[in-house]
Amino acid sequence: MADPAQRIQELADEFAFFGDWTERYQYLIDLGKQLPAFPAEKQNDAHKFHGCQSQVWFDAAWQNGQIHLEGTSDAAIVKGLIALLFRVYNGQTATEILSTPADFLDTLDLKNHLSANRATGLAGMMQKIQRIAQQAD
Amino acid sequence: MSQRFNLRALRAEFPALDQSVNGQPLVYLDNAATTQKPLCVIEAVTHFYRHDNANIHRGVHALSARATEQYEAARHSVQRALNAAAAEEIVFVRGVTEAINLVASSFGQRLKAGDEILISALEHHANIVPWHLLRERLGIVLTVIPVNDDGSLDLGALPQLVTPHTRLIAVNHVSNALGTLNPVAEICAFARTLGIPTLIDGAQGLPHGPVDVQAIGCDFYALSGHKVFAPSGVGALYARRPWLDELPPYQGGGDMIESVRFDAVRYAPPPAKFEAGTPNIEGAIGLKAALDWHRQQDWCAIAAHESSLLAQAQEGLAALPGLRLIGQAEHKAPVISFVIDGTHPHDIGTLLDAQGIAVRTGQHCAMPVLEQLGAPQGTVRASFALYNTHDEVEALLRAVHRAHRMLS
Repeated sequence: MADPAQRIQELADEFAFFGDWTERYQYLIDLGKQLPAFPAEKQNDAHKFHGCQSQVWFDAAWQNGQIHLEGTSDAAIVKGLIALLFRVYNGQTATEILSTPADFLDTLDLKNHLSANRATGLAGMMQKIQRIAQQAD
Repeated sequence: MSQRFNLRALRAEFPALDQSVNGQPLVYLDNAATTQKPLCVIEAVTHFYRHDNANIHRGVHALSARATEQYEAARHSVQRALNAAAAEEIVFVRGVTEAINLVASSFGQRLKAGDEILISALEHHANIVPWHLLRERLGIVLTVIPVNDDGSLDLGALPQLVTPHTRLIAVNHVSNALGTLNPVAEICAFARTLGIPTLIDGAQGLPHGPVDVQAIGCDFYALSGHKVFAPSGVGALYARRPWLDELPPYQGGGDMIESVRFDAVRYAPPPAKFEAGTPNIEGAIGLKAALDWHRQQDWCAIAAHESSLLAQAQEGLAALPGLRLIGQAEHKAPVISFVIDGTHPHDIGTLLDAQGIAVRTGQHCAMPVLEQLGAPQGTVRASFALYNTHDEVEALLRAVHRAHRMLS
């Protein structure tokens, strides 16, 4: 399995390939569509992630020392961003998660296109994943 | 159109409009949140800092005298803009939010448990939460004029909502979320027959034309500078003179007193009584420039221009399948709120921004009304100002089509 650094590099290569914003956003929207369905019964307050303007639900579990993240949003672009995070983090060990630079999105030429609100929401989600990893470490 | 209304010349007065965003010419349609500033406002503020900066009132030196003179001249400009009877009826505040908090605080001292404040379902949170705080503190009751499905107020319900305990009717002039233009003169006339004072949240009123508080017949009228081409952090509360004499001060501090001893304080006469501490002097000077500029405009021509922008946008957007306009009252300011079934407003807003178009998405600080009108996720709101063009409406329509295609 690819380590986080490799996955980030893959994503960076994919994003670098896009010619304009339309393709970048379309790719994010499509990534979101491919996200496995998040169980409806978990779309409750206990799984709600606060700090986003749209609604985000999120859950994390450990299987054989590897993190299993699932989540969704009612907004398509946020859903794509969640998919992006999961692509980097899912299946990683706590140590791997903690060694992943928290600013990896900067390498994707994406942050410039995110509103400040959304970038804050995304950063919050990354912090949450890191906290979960710290507790498991 | 009249010679005084030359759109190209008008736009040239607003430097911030002339820029690219994400590689596209900026189309600024977030005017209900804040308007861009004309050069005369920018220069008035800069000039103050370059030449006249000093604290106002009580200064013995030349700069302080000049600053005071300009600050008080700004009060006269607000008086003229609202057609208030006297400059003393104008209190400078941070904006509508502070104006309403001032009234809730000072007028609120006359209230007791069981007293009622009547607001409308169209209110901005700034005209809900200050009253809610009083409800928590004093046990007053908040009653609400309902809104019809088209976003207009159900004024037929008004007589039943007023009781012998109603102490104030507080409604907005224009709804920020939907653009509904409320018949405030009619509401105030009704309130006057019952001896109930009225407060009008005018944040969205003055940006679209002159306001006459005497013709409206309200007791209080609040405005925000940033909505009317002036700096942020400055605004005004108009209060009919008897209220200013009668109500207790809002905050204590310097500038609002005549004499202070440890056992007794004499307050200054209004409006100083309500202006504790050093105010936003440069803001008031910017507001003066904006309102003097506002006065020069041909509002007949602008009203015609703004309603044709609104009509063009409404017609174009309504043609898009799955798009629902939220709020289609007969009388509207140029504000258009919409949702597209199956898409989130934030996604539309993000994809519009990518195309250089600035709109606002979300609840617009008016959660109750959006929930009622079937838009609990909020709406996309495009709000126009006098400097927007028909080409910009076309750009909006193209961009919404494109965003919709990308999301479906």
